[in-house]
Amino acid sequence: MAVISMREAISQALWEEMERDENVFILGEEVGIWGGTYAVTRGFYDHFGEKRVRDTPIAESAIVGAANGAAMAGLRPVAELMTINFAFSAMDQIVNQAAKLRTMFGGQFNLPLVIRAVSGGGRQLGATHSQTPDVIFAHFPGLLVVAPGTPHDAKGLLKSVIRGNDPVLFIENATLYPMRGEVPEEEYLEPIGVSKIQRPGQDVTLVAYSKTVPLSLQAAEALAKEGVDAEVIDLRTLRPLDMGPVVESFRKTNRAVITEEGWRSYGVGSEVTARLYEQAFDFVDAPIHRVAQREVPLPYNRTLEQMALPQVGDIIQAVREVL
Amino acid sequence: MAEVVKMPKLGFDMAEGKLIRWLVAESETIQKGQVLAEIETDKATVEVEAPAGGRVHKHLVAEDTFVPVGRPIAIIAELDESVDIEALIGQTAAEVEAAAAAEAPATEGLPLTSEEAEAEKAPAARVAASPIARRMARDYGLDLHTIPGSGKGGRVVKKDIEAALATTPAAAAPRGPAAFAAPRASERVPLSRLRGAIGRRMTAAKQTVPHFYVTSEVAVDALLSLRAQLNDALPEEEKLSVNDFIVKAAALALREFPNLNSSLEGESIVRHGSIHIGIAVALEQGLMTVVARDADIKPLRALAAEIRTMVGRAREGKVRPDDVEGSTFTVSNLGMFDVDHFIAILNPPEAAILAIGSAREVPVLRNGIWVPERRMKVTLSADHRITDGAEAARWLQAFKRVIEAPATLLL
Repeated sequence: MAVISMREAISQALWEEMERDENVFILGEEVGIWGGTYAVTRGFYDHFGEKRVRDTPIAESAIVGAANGAAMAGLRPVAELMTINFAFSAMDQIVNQAAKLRTMFGGQFNLPLVIRAVSGGGRQLGATHSQTPDVIFAHFPGLLVVAPGTPHDAKGLLKSVIRGNDPVLFIENATLYPMRGEVPEEEYLEPIGVSKIQRPGQDVTLVAYSKTVPLSLQAAEALAKEGVDAEVIDLRTLRPLDMGPVVESFRKTNRAVITEEGWRSYGVGSEVTARLYEQAFDFVDAPIHRVAQREVPLPYNRTLEQMALPQVGDIIQAVREVL
Repeated sequence: MAEVVKMPKLGFDMAEGKLIRWLVAESETIQKGQVLAEIETDKATVEVEAPAGGRVHKHLVAEDTFVPVGRPIAIIAELDESVDIEALIGQTAAEVEAAAAAEAPATEGLPLTSEEAEAEKAPAARVAASPIARRMARDYGLDLHTIPGSGKGGRVVKKDIEAALATTPAAAAPRGPAAFAAPRASERVPLSRLRGAIGRRMTAAKQTVPHFYVTSEVAVDALLSLRAQLNDALPEEEKLSVNDFIVKAAALALREFPNLNSSLEGESIVRHGSIHIGIAVALEQGLMTVVARDADIKPLRALAAEIRTMVGRAREGKVRPDDVEGSTFTVSNLGMFDVDHFIAILNPPEAAILAIGSAREVPVLRNGIWVPERRMKVTLSADHRITDGAEAARWLQAFKRVIEAPATLLL
């Protein structure tokens, strides 16, 4: 198996799907000639041409709106939002249009739309460009929200969502682009809406997605040295949320820490914790803990920014609390 | 006008009670009838209600203290009233406390060791335990109170249950058929306070009271059919039990035989003016007697409602002093357990106790023809110092007459 970066994995998925299906096309700010702000689509413009790799004005509502129309007309657009923070400018197109079109038109249209958006903080981009508001989008029925935590899953999931007929927000955490991992040489797909055990363990269940997957895996390695065997479950999709492996793990460990990079209130941790109490109450052996971002607009100052973001040490500390 | 609250006497032989807990603090306001404190007797934990409304002026005894019956435990005053405690109770609060403290260890109340006291107190409190620990304890039949908790704040967690299971092999298999496959190991269960009290009372009764027993069989077809008729007319929550009829019948029979509604006190027999029938109630933690007052006078329906309410409180561990105090005769009924008949030990200082077996359909020879009839065996145990076999037998005849002509019970 090849070891490649998350960036390469996503790039490969796009390339392969564009090669496979000529209805797939890319649109977004600087995706063409420049090759993408995060260099995901470098080389695409030259290979696929300007018709299928379209640079757009700096107008997110127009990007998603155009993608919605193209998808309704039968194409398979992959719209890139330079950061998820700009998705707020396209909120109406995303949650009022994309999420509801199929239902409100009584199923006359499919909406094979993928919106790729770059999420996450930690790169000193200031409060407005560093948010991790993933959970906001997972609130709306009708929109799938996929957020992989490894190169392997990023590639397999992106290929799946491009082939699917649902509107999908595909969230890529900016700090994960350089993360390297094993990816098969041959073609493969990962199922949408299926959580995955990234590390088996017996003593405590760490539930993570996106950025907190590698954080949880590092925490698990550190805890292993203390004799604590943590199981790491990667949600991979926030909607639909697959609690199956989480509940199964919790029935074994009876203790859980839910991690996310976004804020704690009304977050993924809140949702997963509530569902665990609902679905596995008789297996609870300690209060479930949540690790998340401090509830402040993310500071620009590097030290403060790192203090506000969840770190491996926070996860280890939380595990000690629940053990 | 300030009111003095005293340790209530909750039974003929109650000498003292243990004040477990004050529910209303000093200087807080209190309504008449509001629960002021909880008291533990040999029989049960009971609530003491405020005899008057106002303000709790002073607690005269500390929690966890044994207090002799009749001794002042608190003073309730009006909101702005100034109280002269000494004038009110003839001594100072300090003296009361000192006296209570001095007497506590010496009293006959079979003081518990501190360990026992802890074990006894614990069941009243909720044990902090995780849901899975609770479930495992239930599945394996473990008492959470006996398991030390290692979790936050002493919470019993899964690990603690596993540790307990490792040291008590008897419990190591979940309940169910599989448990029968392996022999069960012996275990040692400390006596609960109630269990201990039952043991002492029964031992004393059996050793000091010369018992004798008389058994009779009564026909109950008429009674059961009358009950069915009445129950057809009563709402679900007011249905009469067979035992309600038996209590009423026993009370009516006792009216004819005041000597069996009595107690021996020294050289004299005290024949009680009122007929208060104690009804033995089997609880998880032991046996308790609730008292149906003036059972000879009260209509059956009212009697049944009272008994139902008191039994309900007993099962919830919430009996009130009046529920368990002052019975003059006891009925113990195992009819629901398919027993032929049984013999009861007297409930001191009562002169007699009636044990009821199951109503069974048996062949009865009537005018040379075998006919099926439902009949029930009853056994009267009586104190030979107070009465003799002939009187007991005559009492049984009177009881039988009422049961077999049950319309009498409705008069």
